Amino acid sequence: MDQTERFQAIVDAEEKIEPTDWMPEEYRKSLIRQIAQHAHSEIIGMQPEGNWISRAPTLKRKAILMAKVQDEAGHGLYLYSAAETLGISRDEMLRLLHTGRHKYSSIFNYPTLSWADMGAIGWLVDGAAITNQVMLTRSSYGPYARAMVRICKEESFHQRQGYEIMLTLCRGSAEQRAMAQDALDRWWWPSLMMFGPHDTASTHTEQSMAWKIKRISNDELRQQFVDMTVPQADYLGLTMPDPDMRFDEETGHYRFGEIDWDEFWAVVKGDGPMNRERIAAKNRAWDEGAWVREAAAAHAAKHAAAARRSA
Amino acid sequence: MTALATVTTASFAYALRHGDDNLILAQRLGEWISRAPELESDIALGNIAIDHLGVARTLLTYAGELEGAGRDEDTLAMGRTERQFTNLLLVEQPNGDFAATMARQLFVDAYQVGLWEALTSSADATLAGAAGKAIKEASYHLRHSSAWVVRLGDGTEESHRRMQTAVDGLWRFTAEMVTPDDVDDEMLSVGVGADLAALRTPWNERVGAVLDEATLAMPDAAFARLGGRNGLHTEHLGHLLGEMQWMQRTYPGMSW
Repeated sequence: MDQTERFQAIVDAEEKIEPTDWMPEEYRKSLIRQIAQHAHSEIIGMQPEGNWISRAPTLKRKAILMAKVQDEAGHGLYLYSAAETLGISRDEMLRLLHTGRHKYSSIFNYPTLSWADMGAIGWLVDGAAITNQVMLTRSSYGPYARAMVRICKEESFHQRQGYEIMLTLCRGSAEQRAMAQDALDRWWWPSLMMFGPHDTASTHTEQSMAWKIKRISNDELRQQFVDMTVPQADYLGLTMPDPDMRFDEETGHYRFGEIDWDEFWAVVKGDGPMNRERIAAKNRAWDEGAWVREAAAAHAAKHAAAARRSA
Repeated sequence: MTALATVTTASFAYALRHGDDNLILAQRLGEWISRAPELESDIALGNIAIDHLGVARTLLTYAGELEGAGRDEDTLAMGRTERQFTNLLLVEQPNGDFAATMARQLFVDAYQVGLWEALTSSADATLAGAAGKAIKEASYHLRHSSAWVVRLGDGTEESHRRMQTAVDGLWRFTAEMVTPDDVDDEMLSVGVGADLAALRTPWNERVGAVLDEATLAMPDAAFARLGGRNGLHTEHLGHLLGEMQWMQRTYPGMSW
């Protein structure tokens, strides 16, 4: 058995690949791309929600939102660490993000326009993320799978918090219900887009499936998400912004309309409402923090030198 | 006014001012989230903001109970005007650069460590309980801000310059923390409040030691800029409140 066959045998036996194991170069690259993109999404995702921390309607909601955004920073940290086990540094990944060569989830290129968006993001965006991520807890790459177990627990907590915000709005005044419906109208289609192109148009799916770094196809995951979410919207008394949405008795699935793929690709390619602003904000924070990071490094170096002298 | 009524009014004012300090500081720190120099600082500043917000919620809720007029934490936070806020001028100062935020935080932390320590033996059990929890958080905050002030002061030429500028710029607001007014005197006399005058020397020693290690100069005693406890603020607070209270002002009387 050569090393490629041995590698595939480990994957097929549902055992984990660990950082020191041999792995095909393409597997390593593919995982770096996927894990880094996931980490970047957590970090960029702090912006649209961070946009409402200063304006949260109550102190309790403010505390919950701060904790949530902070969780996302934490997820980013351990995902960067998981990717570092594959031989790329956090600084390098950040450089690739800041220069636009690494992607992050397109959903965060949409603006948060009302408080209800904090509910819709938790309910729909975190809901779609969990649908994707549950299968990642069984990823063939050990450090990623283990990071995802913890992340999924926190994400499902966030999703419940988001749904609870929506529920409160939907049981509130007419203005609050309208705010909730508007948020659903704006976030529904971008949430469906989070699962990526149709299986027939997805470039990475087949190899990723064989390597068990992806286990369920984009379209299957999207269908799972729709089937889970439509009854939740019904319970809220909200209307799905899709005239083609109907329950198919025969299959037990909800059938839905076609995604606007022109919009999808426009946002992927950088022409979403907020792409430029998100990256510019990230770069600004990074550049404005440069003197702080330099000072911390200089201070540490001085003291390491002093310690050596006195040793 | 009867003696009891006076004490109740003072108790309300006392819980309210410390609640306000922590609320306004939390609001300021929250502005950093997703903008910090590195991910670890995003997390640390978020943590510290959440701690201050927690203290604020406890104290504002308690203030509302003491007042007995049906105001809860949110009514107090979102329903008062600038002139009715009694926080220290220091905590409403803008974040500025990371050095300014760390200077502000060091000054507040060095004060709160002393304040909460004193209040753990308050005759008011609620305040004593809140202080007992807050002292642990404040000790951690002080370690964090001290370490950063030292790193920045004794880092590069640029960071030293920025850190010294930050310390100098905020110095005039520091005396307010340890300058007692009538409410403080009243609360001290009934065994509820902290002796602010007694916090001065320890504060100077704590801050002095950090500035010294950071190779920074302690500014000469400046004129003590007061007013926060009487609702006389800098221009910054109004804008902060405009943002913080926007939802409740735009959609009054709803549950969120």
